[in-house]
Amino acid sequence: MTLAAEARARGIPWWLKRHETVLAIILMIALIGLGASNERFLTLDNLLNQGRLMTEIGLIALPMTFVIITGGIDLSVGAVVGLCAIMLGYSWKNIGLPLPVAIAFAFAVGGFAGFVNGLVITRIKVPPLIMTIATLALYRGLAEGISQAHSVRGYPEWFYVLGQGDVLGVPTQLVVLVILVVVAGVALDRTTFGRTLYAIGANETAARFSALPVDRVKLIVYTLSGLASGLAAIVLVSRVTTTRMDMGMGYELDVIAAVVLGGASIFGGSGTIWGTAIGLAMIQLLKNGLALTGVKGDATIVVIGVALILSVLIASSLQRRRD
Amino acid sequence: MSAAAIAGAARAQSGGLRRFASQEALLALAVIGLAVIVGFVNPRFLATRNLSDLLLGNAYIAVAAIGMSMVIISGNIDISVGALIGVLATISGSLAVAGAPILVTWLAPLILGVAVMAAQGAVVAYLRIPAIVLTLGMLSILKGGLISVTGGKWITDLPQNFHLADLAVLDVPMPVVIMVLATALAAFWMRYSASGRAIYATGGNAEAARLCGVNPQRTVVMVFALHGFFAGIATLVYATQLRVIQSTTPPGLELTVITASVVGGVSILGGVGTVVGSTLAAILIAEITSALVFVNVSPYWTDALRGGLILATVIADILRRQRRAARGWSK
Repeated sequence: MTLAAEARARGIPWWLKRHETVLAIILMIALIGLGASNERFLTLDNLLNQGRLMTEIGLIALPMTFVIITGGIDLSVGAVVGLCAIMLGYSWKNIGLPLPVAIAFAFAVGGFAGFVNGLVITRIKVPPLIMTIATLALYRGLAEGISQAHSVRGYPEWFYVLGQGDVLGVPTQLVVLVILVVVAGVALDRTTFGRTLYAIGANETAARFSALPVDRVKLIVYTLSGLASGLAAIVLVSRVTTTRMDMGMGYELDVIAAVVLGGASIFGGSGTIWGTAIGLAMIQLLKNGLALTGVKGDATIVVIGVALILSVLIASSLQRRRD
Repeated sequence: MSAAAIAGAARAQSGGLRRFASQEALLALAVIGLAVIVGFVNPRFLATRNLSDLLLGNAYIAVAAIGMSMVIISGNIDISVGALIGVLATISGSLAVAGAPILVTWLAPLILGVAVMAAQGAVVAYLRIPAIVLTLGMLSILKGGLISVTGGKWITDLPQNFHLADLAVLDVPMPVVIMVLATALAAFWMRYSASGRAIYATGGNAEAARLCGVNPQRTVVMVFALHGFFAGIATLVYATQLRVIQSTTPPGLELTVITASVVGGVSILGGVGTVVGSTLAAILIAEITSALVFVNVSPYWTDALRGGLILATVIADILRRQRRAARGWSK
């Protein structure tokens, strides 16, 4: 029985049973609860600032949703952020490229890093998990080796517009994120490319027999993941004004937590961009809410870990009940 | 004898040769070859002091890689082991400073290691949560939990008798003794016991294993429990060497351990590999890291080299499997 039919049979409107709706309701309750317990929380300034802080994770979470829908995973995203940040600083400061060129170069390095992941995964059939664990070590190692642990600072003022500036009062990068969320969401829901992702995740063999370009689509998806990590690196450097080799460390956890919390199945075949966006907001608000009540940063990663495990546990037990 | 039979015999013979050129033999050759080459460039590399430091400082990685190899052979993965070792070391050190009997401080990491990992194994096996997601979550719980509980404080003034690693058997330092013993025992057990073979069966084909009377779920729980046990031993070897225990997790430790397993010939697709290979690989990786210093390459390149090594081994493993499968197909 489909979800909609099942819900109709029980007299509940179908949209209320959607994962995204449930998440959105929890999000609302969390917002009101946190707002009631701390008056600094529900202010426009604070919420916009949280939007600024979650952008890097959010940018990567969009293609990660695609990757996970195809049944894959990309653990190298944090390392790609580190590598791109270093390439940006290194090519500008040490090689002496003009900053706009250095930015384009860093972005391209991200795309290439993702392309390499996709190429080996589709051509040599290395499982995505293992491939991206290997490149997690490799890309982070390259960032360390190339930078020799030197950080780069002293970027020109105009570069900080992306990470610290505003457009009509909204943080620049948040505007970028919202636009990309809409683009990714529409692409997933309304285009052949998007529907192909679900087909691959649901049954890859069937997708191949249906003459879908499985390998090409996967290659694109991993390349997008690298590009988004590159973009996140540029935004991050612009926001914190320095380049360090340990940038983006541990991002994979936050990104995957946002996607999985947003309802994507780690086994592939299901998930939405809208769910991911809500999952992302929930994680950021959780972090912020905890920080405002005096919980330190290290304890918040405990909470994210618990949230990740719980959401997978609940999703899989719901799945089993439905079967 | 027909031509086909002769060809078959010849293939069997070359198969035997190929078995001799196994991952373990290659690794042993690489360990010796690298020592000779680097020793030639810089003789100080071969000083007894350096070689024994190298083994002492990395024995715990080899021990942890034993359990990791079992987990990977069974078709799973664990990326929380580095954080777990950090937590166990802190607990053991804190107990010692608090004046607990020395046996308790040594046993605590073993028991807690088994408990945490067996629980993870049970969730993976019975609730069908992918090990990667579960252990990723556990990694952050352990890591964040450790820092927020201890505030990153250092544990100092450890009692003299806490330092198990300072002992020696017949002049062989304890970490090396433990590494060799643990590897040998695990290798024999995995090769010759029914429950050891069950790990390979489960990783090779869980459904086939079930039909042969192996309980794949119970096997996965057992494998994770053993992995926790070896993580506990690794903690002992690691923590009792230190004069000061930093209550943070050793950065990137899980990757080093996974690298040792994979480079040691454990197939990431499950079902294949030995712990002799992973121990040799752990030694090789330590040797490479140390060699870099002796040939004046910046240690910041170590991680890139490690990543390249793991990538090359993984790709070689997959290609070898594909070629073997293709050969089987044409027959």
